[in-house]
Amino acid sequence: MLFPLPSSATSPRVVITGAGVVTALGIGWKPNAEGFRAGRRAFRPVTLFDVSRQRTKIAAEVDLPTTLPPSGLNDRQIARLDRAGMMLLLAANEAWRQAGWESAENLPLVLGTTAGGMTLGEAYFRQALQTPLRQRRQPTRAVYYQAQVQARMALDALNFSGPITIISNACASGSNAIGHAWDLIRSGQVECAFAGGYDALSEMVFSGFDALQALSPTVCRPFDAKRDGLALGEGAAMITLETLDRARRRNAPILGELVAYSTSIDHHHLTQPHPQGDTTLNVMRQACTTAGVAPADVDYINAHGTGTVLNDSSEAIAIGRWAGSRATTLPVSSTKADIGHLLGATGAVEAVVCLMALREQWLPAQGAFESPDPACNFPIVNQPRDARINVALSNSFGFGGVNATLIFRRWT
Amino acid sequence: MSRIVVAGWGAVSPAGWNVAALREALDKGEPLPTQPVERPGWPKPLRARLVPNPAVRPEFLAHPRLRRTSPVTHYAAAVALEATAGLRASPEAIRRLGMIVCLQAGCVQYTCRFFDETLKNPATASPLLFPETVYAALGSHVAALLKNVTLVYSLVGDPASFLQGVALGAQWLEEKRADACLVIGAEEFNWILADALRLFDRPAILTCGAGALCLCREGEIAAGVELAAITDAHTYSECRDRAESARNMRRQLDGGASRELLCDGLGGSPRADEAERAAWNDWSGARVSPKRILGEGLMAAAAWQCVAACDAVANGRFAAVDVSLVGSNQQAIGARFVRTSPSISHLSAGGDAGNIRA
Repeated sequence: MLFPLPSSATSPRVVITGAGVVTALGIGWKPNAEGFRAGRRAFRPVTLFDVSRQRTKIAAEVDLPTTLPPSGLNDRQIARLDRAGMMLLLAANEAWRQAGWESAENLPLVLGTTAGGMTLGEAYFRQALQTPLRQRRQPTRAVYYQAQVQARMALDALNFSGPITIISNACASGSNAIGHAWDLIRSGQVECAFAGGYDALSEMVFSGFDALQALSPTVCRPFDAKRDGLALGEGAAMITLETLDRARRRNAPILGELVAYSTSIDHHHLTQPHPQGDTTLNVMRQACTTAGVAPADVDYINAHGTGTVLNDSSEAIAIGRWAGSRATTLPVSSTKADIGHLLGATGAVEAVVCLMALREQWLPAQGAFESPDPACNFPIVNQPRDARINVALSNSFGFGGVNATLIFRRWT
Repeated sequence: MSRIVVAGWGAVSPAGWNVAALREALDKGEPLPTQPVERPGWPKPLRARLVPNPAVRPEFLAHPRLRRTSPVTHYAAAVALEATAGLRASPEAIRRLGMIVCLQAGCVQYTCRFFDETLKNPATASPLLFPETVYAALGSHVAALLKNVTLVYSLVGDPASFLQGVALGAQWLEEKRADACLVIGAEEFNWILADALRLFDRPAILTCGAGALCLCREGEIAAGVELAAITDAHTYSECRDRAESARNMRRQLDGGASRELLCDGLGGSPRADEAERAAWNDWSGARVSPKRILGEGLMAAAAWQCVAACDAVANGRFAAVDVSLVGSNQQAIGARFVRTSPSISHLSAGGDAGNIRA
């Protein structure tokens, strides 16, 4: 039953046993780890739709394979997948296989997305206006546009069942999805959960950020004094979360431990963060309290760091207020400089980046950075560097003001 | 485990801008009149049930955050204020309000407008519209209006997701992450939604509006309705169809008290109703079907079912009401609301169950 909830005397430790990731750097852990470690930038001219009349003409597009790995989907289902659905399935498949999970009942699937199958919605709209009496393919678009239907495809592909929760807290969605899965396990409702985020590039969303003049006409350089906007990307990431006891029972390899999640809302403005980063500061503090760590214990921050003037100054101030004297030696980077802003996928992908850093002991480098914004009193990681990392913190913020922080601990 | 009560509820529907109007429409039991709505490129209009203009312009529309918003935010703001009216009388008790906004289509009016502008010329597409197309915009605006909101999730899914939102609100209360939780289901009308609905459910009449429940832990505020149970989410898949999920939901909900009312999601469309009708075909208690009267309001309709259930418990005619939500493409979930005490909540109005078919 969803209610009443089972009572749980203790909150179990939650570990991650599988991770799958798709970005413009590649498909899978290995090419992404190599790319993030080197700070490789993955932008190119947009080919998916016409950008000739937009201010900005680049994004981090994913090269999708022509075939999907074997799964429980039939040919008809596969034919109906759009880019977003394909990226979701690729990431889900990798995480599932890595974790060694098998067919399961009552396994929660928690996804973050901002747009779901937006490209199908766009196609529906075009046809409905341009050839209003023609209905061919419209029923399929109307159904598969919806995120919950794409989520059902993941269930069918991997042969499991369970409740689907789609969180759409804008660009914090991926972090909220992972955090919600963590909550479900910690509250004793389930022993394991499958969570992540996904979003594909779409003309409408690209045009929206371009209309806001939020896209960089030059190079996306988070926390740089000369930064002039964000760059968009696309991708997906999924992780398998389970109790430490369950992972040990299965002798599953553990990629890392999720030790805290915190979220709150910034009331300041629909699209602008509080200039002093008050809400960001609060969620970072709350997460640290939950995790039982102090700023001195945190070895790396994967910042939200979009590259916009307002976001980065607000986040920089918040990090400085939170970290105090520790800030001057605390490595921070925004991997959005490498793969762009993945919107609903961003928190999930950046969670996997943190796991990579913890697992392989290097600092993710951001590929573009020259001189720091005066608000940054912390070092930006802009060169490949090995490092001892035991605790990594990831921030995500969204339109609407939802802030989320996840904290991961190395598993040794 | 804390007991969770429903401390208030609100509704905006084609019947009007409050729960009283919804109750009156359900009591009359007659489908509300439809209006013609232009569908670009078609010679004939679509039929829809639209929310009437409010008799008096709501004061909340003067809030700076709400000035540029589309109707779905107006509906959500109105139900939020109605559902939390009791809380505002004791602000010291409710310092941290959690909010869960459930949507299926979301801010579709501005989305269509913005994409239309993009197709015509992206260089002149309005930057004012785009942020309002985001699912999370609605919750953000309502949070700014209510001020004491500290936690917001926007959930997207089929209409049964509304009860996932209610369960999540109960979880936040149990974990003491909030002092009260507002769960809102809201939708707005656009011709493209009606166009899409026709492809699957030709007899359905699309409508719009919002509904909300305000949850609290028992004892923290006076309330006459208790959340007794929410079933599992019975998800559809290639190997588990809608009918089986609906049956499983019904089975989990069985075993309640006598003199129950079933508040179902039947709308009068043979195909769309088939799974739910079969699941409840042996139900012998009273029954009310808000969609038959109000129309297909997607997530708003799910919220109205729950609002109608709470209202029926609070008005004293039924000790328990079951809500059946058999969603369009995700899941079936049911819930039971029961009376908490012989006294009637100060938040509810009286009246009998009118059109309820005993």
